[in-house]
Amino acid sequence: MSDKKARSQGAVQTTGHAWDGDIQEFNNPLPTWWLWAFYATVVFALIYWVLYPAWPVGGSFTKGLFNDITFVDSDGSVKTTHWNTRALLIRDLKEGEEARLSAEYMSKVADASYAQILADPEMMAYTRSVAKGLFGDNCAACHGSGGQGVIGLFPNLADDAWLWGGSIDQIHKTIAEGRYGFMPAFRDTFNDKQLRDVASYVLSLSGNKVDNAARARGEKIFQTQEGGCHYCHTPAGTGLKSQGAADLTDQIWTIADVNGTDDPAVKLERVEKVISGGVQRQMPHWSERLTPAQIKLLTVYVHELGGGQ
Amino acid sequence: MADAGAQPLYQARIPIYTRSVKGRFRNLKWGILGLAYSVYFLLPWLRWERNVGPDQAVLFDISARKFYLFDLVVHAQDLFWLAGFLVIAALLLFFVTGIAGRVFCGYFCFQTLWTDLYMLIERLVQGDRVARIRLDKAPWSAAKLLRKGLTHFLWLLAAFLTGLTFTLYWEDAPRLIVDWFTGKAPFAAYATTLFLTATTYVMAGLAREQVCTYMCPYARFQSVMFDADTRIVAYDVSRGEAGRGRHRVTRELKSREQRQAQGVGECIDCGYCVQVCPTGIDIRDGLQVQCISCALCIDACGTIMDSLGWGKSLIGYTSEKQAAGLPSRLWKPRTVAYGLVLLGAIAALVWSVGNQAPLELSVVQLRQPLFVRLSDGRIQNSYELHMENKTDEPVQVAIMMRGLAGAQLDLGKLDSVELPPQRALHVLARVRWGSSRDTKGSRGFAFNIVPQRRDELGMISAPATFYLPGVDY
Repeated sequence: MSDKKARSQGAVQTTGHAWDGDIQEFNNPLPTWWLWAFYATVVFALIYWVLYPAWPVGGSFTKGLFNDITFVDSDGSVKTTHWNTRALLIRDLKEGEEARLSAEYMSKVADASYAQILADPEMMAYTRSVAKGLFGDNCAACHGSGGQGVIGLFPNLADDAWLWGGSIDQIHKTIAEGRYGFMPAFRDTFNDKQLRDVASYVLSLSGNKVDNAARARGEKIFQTQEGGCHYCHTPAGTGLKSQGAADLTDQIWTIADVNGTDDPAVKLERVEKVISGGVQRQMPHWSERLTPAQIKLLTVYVHELGGGQ
Repeated sequence: MADAGAQPLYQARIPIYTRSVKGRFRNLKWGILGLAYSVYFLLPWLRWERNVGPDQAVLFDISARKFYLFDLVVHAQDLFWLAGFLVIAALLLFFVTGIAGRVFCGYFCFQTLWTDLYMLIERLVQGDRVARIRLDKAPWSAAKLLRKGLTHFLWLLAAFLTGLTFTLYWEDAPRLIVDWFTGKAPFAAYATTLFLTATTYVMAGLAREQVCTYMCPYARFQSVMFDADTRIVAYDVSRGEAGRGRHRVTRELKSREQRQAQGVGECIDCGYCVQVCPTGIDIRDGLQVQCISCALCIDACGTIMDSLGWGKSLIGYTSEKQAAGLPSRLWKPRTVAYGLVLLGAIAALVWSVGNQAPLELSVVQLRQPLFVRLSDGRIQNSYELHMENKTDEPVQVAIMMRGLAGAQLDLGKLDSVELPPQRALHVLARVRWGSSRDTKGSRGFAFNIVPQRRDELGMISAPATFYLPGVDY
């Protein structure tokens, strides 16, 4: 039997130990090539150390051989460096297949008119995906990632109220040239009673229930030279877009948080505070920081957020 | 522990010189090999006419996220079909292995197919078993170098063609092959080809049965599916060994009658069954973990028995029970259950593929902000509509909504859009609703896309939710 076992690969050896007379231990040694496969991984590591950045040396590290990456940096200069994923990423962002496709779309959008973009679902989808990033980088710090703004500080871009106008041209102008919104403070002009009267009138414009006598007194101040409010907010209260004056007749409040409370006294107080303290807001101009194409994308994006005009 | 040092820590591979054999199973295996190679090597070259997309019958287009399988286009969101396919493959393996043992290993596994090819090359260049043993033992000479070199060259060539063919499935084959040899192909094409060239050469040329014995997990877990009724390749011990065991043919033990009279089995211990075994085992020792059920030993013994005129092969497909003379059942609850689940899985996949929607719509709610109040007091929610046209024709669709009385749908200038063939499109939709300030909570509704002038496509609907202020979501 023994020579047959030796011939057959299925035979299992024992370690030669025997306990209690007949208990033996199987021996299944690893195949030798397994050991060689382990040595092969060691050789692989050695080659890797030579070719790629590997070992820390003092404050630096070994850079590897034959692995230069040449890429165009963000400032336009051509740089060559040892292999690293950051350089690879920069190169791919500039020269990769996706970058090429994106550049193709970008030039298509840059050449198209606003009317063409708005009517083309593909260009709109491209605009939304790219401008979302631009908006996040440049606009979201104030206006919020979805353009929802902050009441009292930064206007909501996702609703349908446009302080400076919601047409494509007006939005473009706002982004490119910036805006400076100003309402004088009336704390030195009006006494407390007058402030309450004007606030009552302002609240009544959008359908809030207020004291009728106060409303009538406030209307007089609003519509005459005594307050002069109508110059910017117009006699109807709808606001001059050229001045960035708010529409007081709608349900949107960008400075005083009127919708945030159900208590009429608190509403009144919040409006009074705005009249008393005035408003001063500024949006920087972006024509020097963004390319015309980027401003175009952002214009369409912001226009689409709230539905545009 | 003194004897521990005497034990080798590693076991050197015992070289296996397989001898060629002819017979029923060998022919069957050549047939399967020919068929499998024809499909594998020729399929990338098959052209297929499509209105949109590449003209390659089978193409896995990773960058476009589309798999082309003849008239079927598998989109990224259909990839669960792959899971279904793998479930079917696993169930098929369970089902077949339970009934007939390691059929996959012996007849269909690419390790077996490629090893067969490599052994064929080896035999054509160096000769059969005895010639190869002699060549290996011979001192190095020009002739030996030439034969060995030619073998390895042909192995590498076969490995290279295997690797190259694999890459052809992922790009337009005629263009890729020109690019490959002119140095213009993508890095991934070279890397894949060379990697598969190396693995094919190593696995089929050098490692061979070591892959099945030491590396392959399927080899081991198929054993779990075996039972006493499973068909296995086994040696007929009672006939081969009789009472006194096997014995070589001698003058006194020449005929069947002489052997029977002396109680000697019909096995003449020629060793042919061991010599043809690609895993180097002796099937006469019984079922072993290395056995891949390739059935070549059946052919080998059959050849010998035929020449002696002693009837059929001593080795054959049988089951443990059958070999012990007990009744063996093919259809048992377990195999029936596997079969039913397998049929169910196949039916589900076929149904799913057959009912692939020509148009798809899914709705993504914009959550930042979830809603805004408009100047007239209404609330606005915004949604991104993802529409996909899986047909080969452009489809004009109207976008509508249903289930929110009095709501206004604003799509800018895109109330009706043209979906390009085999393309997806995203459109932003704004919905305005709820003039009453007291309305709180959320409402369900649906977006519909209605194909224009293409009634056969039918309306596609997708659910959405309208959120109102006043509730913490």
